[in-house]
Amino acid sequence: MQTPGPIEYERATSVQNAIQLLEKYGPETRLLAGGHSLLPMMKLRLANPERLIDINELDELSYIREAESEVRIGAMTRHRELLESELLATHFPVFIDAEQVIADPPVRNRGTIGGSLAQADAAEDLSAVCSALKANVVIVGSEGERVVSMDDFHIGPYMTAIQDGEILTEIRLPVRPGGGSAHEKVERRAGDWAIVAVSAALWLEGGRIADAGVALSAAGPTTVHATRSEELLRGKEPAEELFAEAGGLASEDCSPIADGRGPVDYKRHLADVLTRRALSRAAERASRLEG
Amino acid sequence: MEITVTVNGDRLTREIEPALLLVHFLRDTLGLTGTHWGCDTSNCGACVVHLDGRPVKSCTTLAASCDGHEIRTIESMEVDGRLDSVQQGFQEEHGLQCGFCTPGMIMTARALLDENPDPSEAEIRTAISGAICRCTGYANIVRAVRWAAEHESAEARR
Repeated sequence: MQTPGPIEYERATSVQNAIQLLEKYGPETRLLAGGHSLLPMMKLRLANPERLIDINELDELSYIREAESEVRIGAMTRHRELLESELLATHFPVFIDAEQVIADPPVRNRGTIGGSLAQADAAEDLSAVCSALKANVVIVGSEGERVVSMDDFHIGPYMTAIQDGEILTEIRLPVRPGGGSAHEKVERRAGDWAIVAVSAALWLEGGRIADAGVALSAAGPTTVHATRSEELLRGKEPAEELFAEAGGLASEDCSPIADGRGPVDYKRHLADVLTRRALSRAAERASRLEG
Repeated sequence: MEITVTVNGDRLTREIEPALLLVHFLRDTLGLTGTHWGCDTSNCGACVVHLDGRPVKSCTTLAASCDGHEIRTIESMEVDGRLDSVQQGFQEEHGLQCGFCTPGMIMTARALLDENPDPSEAEIRTAISGAICRCTGYANIVRAVRWAAEHESAEARR
């Protein structure tokens, strides 16, 4: 029987209240969002917080809206809301691709985007999605708020830039013209973690790639941001040969480990093929919008 | 700590340990053992109940988080001796063998039909993708859910 150890529990009534409670109780206190990463870790004693601050009642953190050329997503927005969002489907179809293959419907009813990113698990899909889309995240503490890029947010396996007494409140996705995006994932069975997954985004301008985003899940100790692939793509015309080259670079630049999901060479093969496919679908979607 | 939840329409107040999981609150504190406790890792779906109308895995939800909310379990499905049409579908189409996954399957299917009264086979399979039947009786389970959908739409037409 797996149950969490004894804890103290308190509900936050607002973001400010959550910050006050975090400061009051100190570093052995954790925020409880959807709980689908934290509670399993507590059952296994991989996480042993003394106190949980439940932020599930904070409706102020549940939204998907457009503001200042960005789509802004509240940290407590649940996977289901992401999957059903027309705004995301229009601007960032990569979200819909990913959400269809993240866990299963009951889990998606509880799990949140903020919880997913803050867990900083290298195999988690939305971290790659947000990295490819060049997202920024908003972290709030008693001193005010900070806006941090995904590269600066994930500082190591299960480690983020969120400091004691701080809370992740929002994910910001810049909306630029000519954009297309896609997520490709290979998993052992429905709802499982990826063997490898790839998120890709392209922004086209006059038939050329103005900017590109490529990030991989489950292909290294943290989400792999394939910067060499992105550099290669910039300024060029979208083409299958180009995407194959970008896939090759992503495959070289990731660092998967052999485990129950497969050996290293298979995962590198997936990194290559899934990068090509994700780029190809992203380009198709981008040109459909441009045309 | 004290929580007040509405379970199958009844408002209940109980004293609980904050670490108590919803599945154990239902089974041990309230004695509602219809909700099954399976893998404990949010994989198998045997423990699915409705929280404010949406299916969730009760092994990975704190009872404390449900304070002030509504829970619906398998015990609410039969009313005055009349089975819910999903339960009838499972009976008609042989949707259960050992029966262990059944409460979670039925609650998952009920939530699907409440939102989408006429789901395709693919939609049913997606909806139950978080529920594992180790007897592997999925074909009959899908047929059972379809039976319920057809039965309910026929009833609605009458």
